[in-house]
Amino acid sequence: MTSELLKAEEHPSDVFLRPGRIPHIWCPGCSLGSVTNVIIQAIKQSGIDSKKIAIISGIGCTGRAAGYLNFDSFHTTHGRAIPFAIGLSVTDPERKVIVISGDGDLASIGGNHLIHGARRNADITVICVNNFQYGMTGGQVGPTSYEGQFQTTAPYGNVEHPFDLPGLAYSCGATFVARWTALDVRRMKETIIEAILHKGFSFVEILGSCPTTYGRRNQLREGLEILENFRKRTVLQHGADPTKTEISKDGPIIVGKFVEIKDKSTLTDNLLKVQRIAKATKSRGL
Amino acid sequence: MPRVEIRFAGFGGQGIGLLGRLMGEAIALYMEEKNAIMTQSYGPESRGGASSSDVVIDEGEIAYPKATHYDYLVVMSEEAYHKYIPNLKEGGTLFVEENLVILDDHAKKAGKILKIPATKIAEEIGSSLYANIAMLGFFCANTDIVSEDALKKVIREKVKARFVKNNLIAFEKGKNYKG
Amino acid sequence: MSKTIQKEEDRTVLTGEYFTTGNLAAAEGALAAGCKFFGGYPITPSSEIAEHMSYRLPQVGGHFLQFEDEIASIVSILGASWGGWKSMTATSGPGYSLMLENIGLGIMTETPCVIINVQRGGPSTGLPTLVGQQDIQQTRWGSHGDYEVIALAPNSVQECFDLVIVAFNYAEKYRLPVTLLMDETLGHMSEKLIIPKKDDIKIINRKKPKDDPSSHLPYKADEDLVPPMATAGEGYRVITTGLTHDERGYPVLDAETQEKLLRRLINKIKKNKDDIILLEEYKLKDAELIIISFGISARASKGAIELARKKGIKVGLLRLITIWPFADEHIEKLAEKVDNILVVEINSGQVTREVQRAVKGKANVHGVLKHGGTIHTPEEILSEIERRVK
Ligand code: SF4
Repeated sequence: MTSELLKAEEHPSDVFLRPGRIPHIWCPGCSLGSVTNVIIQAIKQSGIDSKKIAIISGIGCTGRAAGYLNFDSFHTTHGRAIPFAIGLSVTDPERKVIVISGDGDLASIGGNHLIHGARRNADITVICVNNFQYGMTGGQVGPTSYEGQFQTTAPYGNVEHPFDLPGLAYSCGATFVARWTALDVRRMKETIIEAILHKGFSFVEILGSCPTTYGRRNQLREGLEILENFRKRTVLQHGADPTKTEISKDGPIIVGKFVEIKDKSTLTDNLLKVQRIAKATKSRGL
Repeated sequence: MPRVEIRFAGFGGQGIGLLGRLMGEAIALYMEEKNAIMTQSYGPESRGGASSSDVVIDEGEIAYPKATHYDYLVVMSEEAYHKYIPNLKEGGTLFVEENLVILDDHAKKAGKILKIPATKIAEEIGSSLYANIAMLGFFCANTDIVSEDALKKVIREKVKARFVKNNLIAFEKGKNYKG
Repeated sequence: MSKTIQKEEDRTVLTGEYFTTGNLAAAEGALAAGCKFFGGYPITPSSEIAEHMSYRLPQVGGHFLQFEDEIASIVSILGASWGGWKSMTATSGPGYSLMLENIGLGIMTETPCVIINVQRGGPSTGLPTLVGQQDIQQTRWGSHGDYEVIALAPNSVQECFDLVIVAFNYAEKYRLPVTLLMDETLGHMSEKLIIPKKDDIKIINRKKPKDDPSSHLPYKADEDLVPPMATAGEGYRVITTGLTHDERGYPVLDAETQEKLLRRLINKIKKNKDDIILLEEYKLKDAELIIISFGISARASKGAIELARKKGIKVGLLRLITIWPFADEHIEKLAEKVDNILVVEINSGQVTREVQRAVKGKANVHGVLKHGGTIHTPEEILSEIERRVK
């Protein structure tokens, strides 16, 4: 399904895809192809000079996105996309650094960087495609798996409670927080444009379909079935309190733009301010 | 002049590290043809409890940076005296804060013992904090290792501006003290 | 600030004479080399480097960031390097352990940067405030996989300044993370530092590509096996991955691509060993016994050589300034001249085993070892010397 979606859009997007890198490695029925395509469209419509865009990924299925996109793109190590993005972003205040990675990468092994990146209000956009488990390594349970979810390392059902990612990002200081499902293509695109143009730490969670290692263990065999399940449960609620958006097995999935705070200083603002103070300070010697 | 090793020792808060630093810098930067290395104790022990700093001086390149057999031992606490007197060279010089250290038989190995009530002198200027610099002035007057000019120069540069005046007074008083 | 009052307009190179510590000298060396970004995490005994960089970098238009851990620190400097800024971090053993995976990323993605390891006693938390030299092999082999590294070991405050600049130059020239192996004693001791004039400091910057971005192959190397490096924002559509990749930078997961890439990454160091290896020879001409040492231990060794020579024992020193790549050929040649070689180091024989390997049986190699907490005294080394020449 997805590769078709991508193909249909191939023409307008192809300058933003690395020549010779398509076909991609993603499974049939995976939403990653269409999400990648939406991100490309959003970047294009944001009007930002493509030279000023950098894409950073960690490791995992979503983590492969960086390698397909024809911008400055960096495929880093597992969990470490955010500190890489911060190091890169502060070298040029005009650079737009976009992290595209999965839930396991960003919220588990990279969780510490996620919360501290948000705390700093670092000037980066984080797009987290949440497929509720580890796809690349074969379907192990993850920090966003709901209680009772079946995965290869949870054969009797997950014994833990999940992170609610918008709530996590918001409570740590993110100044733009939104969530969409992979189905909400148009609104996802609008939100990503806003997120990229936002000054400060913007966090967009996309609920993705992973039939291969999530769906078929949890009575959702096809990608379309997962998306249909999302559709049935989706409740649109802009401005929702992100601390009350946790996803359970069957409960509602609240989507929308939850938070947009415009007057909080960003990490880059503060670094530049410190430079001005330091330059006016006399040397104290060694 | 052959290699000279000095150990300054006392307790945390007496400015023992600064003593070594001022001495080292005065020699390394302002005494022609002399090199100096300063090392000091680090970590929790330097934030209270015992504190020490060493200065090694030589005319040529200084290979080994640490002081192991002191030509001069400057002690500003009883504990420091007991701890380090075994490493004073036979015939070496011992400087003592006389109100804080009671000497025993071990001190007999010293060729020369010089005593000063550095803390009391400092308190007369306004704060016991100047005791280390009073000791420095006393050391300067009773050895020919470092010039008075060089030490005063580094005091002016290294000490916070508002404390320079009193430190220089402490230095003078220490220098002029006759035991 | 001591003898020279610096003009405010150029604050990167504080030309003048100072009495300062190895840690501060290293920080100033980094600035003189053009470092503009420092990402770090506090750890004894290296924290003074971070503190000084936090004060100095904003003065010269750079940025300092203290991260949540050492993993973020090393990754951030890779990011900044791809932004076109020279970047560095400083840490000690436990932090270096945490950085290792991403030092591997730096090697695979050929990212120039500098890591200072102010070594303390280990393993584990060990001796935070006391000296060690136990991370020598960790630097060489600590990250997974197979690779070559460059590591330098200063032995004076002046060299902390000078060798950070060399480390940056090597990082830029050969495109990899370069490690400066300092130690607690050196980091905290004060001695004279002369900072030269800016124009007298040799700086090497990364090669830039000259071809058209549309046909640019980012990992196609020149004759020196090093590819030119475009950075973000220059229109070259930079691509990096820790996966095995071809000249385009695209992941190609097969044996052939792996073979080709690894051979180049390894050979770009191996084939340039003559340029990279720095050594100091001290009184070797008439030596009947040779000491091989590095860092602070080499100074204790020199102290011992003075004592030995006073007693008429002719001892010389080979000081390894470059630890990695290892000076195999040089050491083998030296081994032909003497029966015994002593290796003085503060660990259980990490360089000793390299020397044993390098001499190929041509001399007996004896470690003069201790495990951290204090440096050797010259007398300790002397007694080993006497044992071997009797
Ligand atoms: S494993 Fe799941 S997330 Fe990964 S590519 Fe396949 S469907 Fe997509």
